[in-house]
Amino acid sequence: MLDGVKHIIIVLSGKGGVGKSTVSTQLALCLREGGYKVGLLDVDLCGPSIPHLLNLEDQDVHQAPQGWIPVYADKEKQLAVMSIGFLLKSKNDSIVWRGPKKTAMIRQFLNDVYWEDLDYLIIDTPPGTSDEHITVMENLKHMRCDGAILVTTPQIVSVEDVKKELSFCERTKIPVLGVVENMSSYICPNCQECSNIFSVGGGRAMAEKAGIPLLAELPIDPRVWQSIEKRSSCVTLMPETTIAKKFSELALAVVNAVGENN
Amino acid sequence: MADVPAEAPEHCPGTQSEDAGKVSACQGCPNQAICSSGAAREPDPGIAEVQVRLATVKHKILVLSGKGGVGKTTFSSLLSRGLALNNSEKNVAILDLDICGPSVPRVMGALGEQVHQSGSGWSPVYVDDNLAVMSVGFLLSNPDSAVIWRGPKKNGLIRQFLSSVDWGELEYLIIDTPPGTSDEHLSAAQYLSGAGVTGAVLVTTPQEVSLLDVRKEVDFCRKVKIPIIGVVENMSSFVCPKCKFNSDIFPAETGGAIKMCEELDVPFLGKLPLDPQLARACDEGRNFLSELPDTPTSQEFSKLLKRIEEECQKQP
Repeated sequence: MLDGVKHIIIVLSGKGGVGKSTVSTQLALCLREGGYKVGLLDVDLCGPSIPHLLNLEDQDVHQAPQGWIPVYADKEKQLAVMSIGFLLKSKNDSIVWRGPKKTAMIRQFLNDVYWEDLDYLIIDTPPGTSDEHITVMENLKHMRCDGAILVTTPQIVSVEDVKKELSFCERTKIPVLGVVENMSSYICPNCQECSNIFSVGGGRAMAEKAGIPLLAELPIDPRVWQSIEKRSSCVTLMPETTIAKKFSELALAVVNAVGENN
Repeated sequence: MADVPAEAPEHCPGTQSEDAGKVSACQGCPNQAICSSGAAREPDPGIAEVQVRLATVKHKILVLSGKGGVGKTTFSSLLSRGLALNNSEKNVAILDLDICGPSVPRVMGALGEQVHQSGSGWSPVYVDDNLAVMSVGFLLSNPDSAVIWRGPKKNGLIRQFLSSVDWGELEYLIIDTPPGTSDEHLSAAQYLSGAGVTGAVLVTTPQEVSLLDVRKEVDFCRKVKIPIIGVVENMSSFVCPKCKFNSDIFPAETGGAIKMCEELDVPFLGKLPLDPQLARACDEGRNFLSELPDTPTSQEFSKLLKRIEEECQKQP
């Protein structure tokens, strides 16, 4: 099913809540606005946030002879999205599944979704290094996976977990495209004072130590969430902001990093 | 049919079913004899083991949240430290069930410690006279190496954590969990079903992305019949250290945790403001409550702590 997909990128992080889904979504939107055809697959089964982040909460997945038809975030069908969130009846429903059932679902997501031709498929993962991750890696073994983006916040607690993710990538032989340090700093909207709420520089130090590229340092900016309703990236909506500049740099860095792999 | 094994034949009636091992689908299944003997229908022996081990533990509090990075571990550490401070003559312990990303050792300042085995079980690490810590982090030889385990292996370790740690007499056991509603949570709920859980505290941030996952956690607690002590809203607001301007870093687009609690009819415990000093104290494993007792976050936390203690006292 993934034959028509040119590039596969996995977004990982050992720790939760560091911005994997936000980075995945913004990256997908940036790439789409750059003229690429993009797919976004959410394999976080217990806490799917992609439908909310793209304001697609009430959408349904349809079954066609070719497979599951993903939900399209735009009329031009340039951004296809798949998440377990589309299969749940209510947003309050929980998925209380053990590993083997999650494995089966992810296998279906990887094999049965009719993505058609895609330039980029971005896979957003849950935190950790367990069933979901092992399954994705196993199933992508036979396909060309371009690499992983590791997301962290600057805190030591988060960097420590990301180091585990790095060792996971080494052991599963997935190339690492680079590190994104998210929530680097926060600019007070009143006095423009920059506070390093979650410390600073942890991602950069880790990238240097491990010898992998630092793709971007993203500040905290609550306005990013405004792009939810419009389903368009912060780069298009507020191009003058720091975060938009950083995101367009990130998209460019990813396109370049993936291009080199060919 | 939660009790159908992963590799079972098609139309497996489930190991807990009356028909287990007796229907035509069971023909040729290697486990047919076990199922038909009824042994699979017996409750997991782990449940009884955990019950025996935790008989000396008065209150068991689970700290849950659907989403990661909302401050479960920070909150668990504050809770265990606050309870240990308030009850200096009683013992408190914190157990870290996050196997793939254990951060409790760092936050509690117990990095690099080792767990010892004795005749009466695994001895936890003591960070204070009356505060014990147990985490998978103590068992790893290299802190950077990943624990790449599927569910069943995690299940085994959780059973061991719950049944083999020699806690001694405990007033409170705080159980910190990884994000989600999966193996770790199911195993904990299952193994603790005999010993009984006092209740769960759910941690969230104000954004809808986090609340979405907490709603799932509420649903989970109801499914596995764990009482909910209440919801804590963490990282509620941020006070600029320079101009004292209060801004919502994680905006509550949908009314925040208070509104969600009303909708789902669960108690709302309170809000904790974001404080960079707390993040730093956690990174360095220092005790935020005793070092900076006058900060707004410490003050708000004391109120929360009082409510949780009261809630625990209500239960026999």
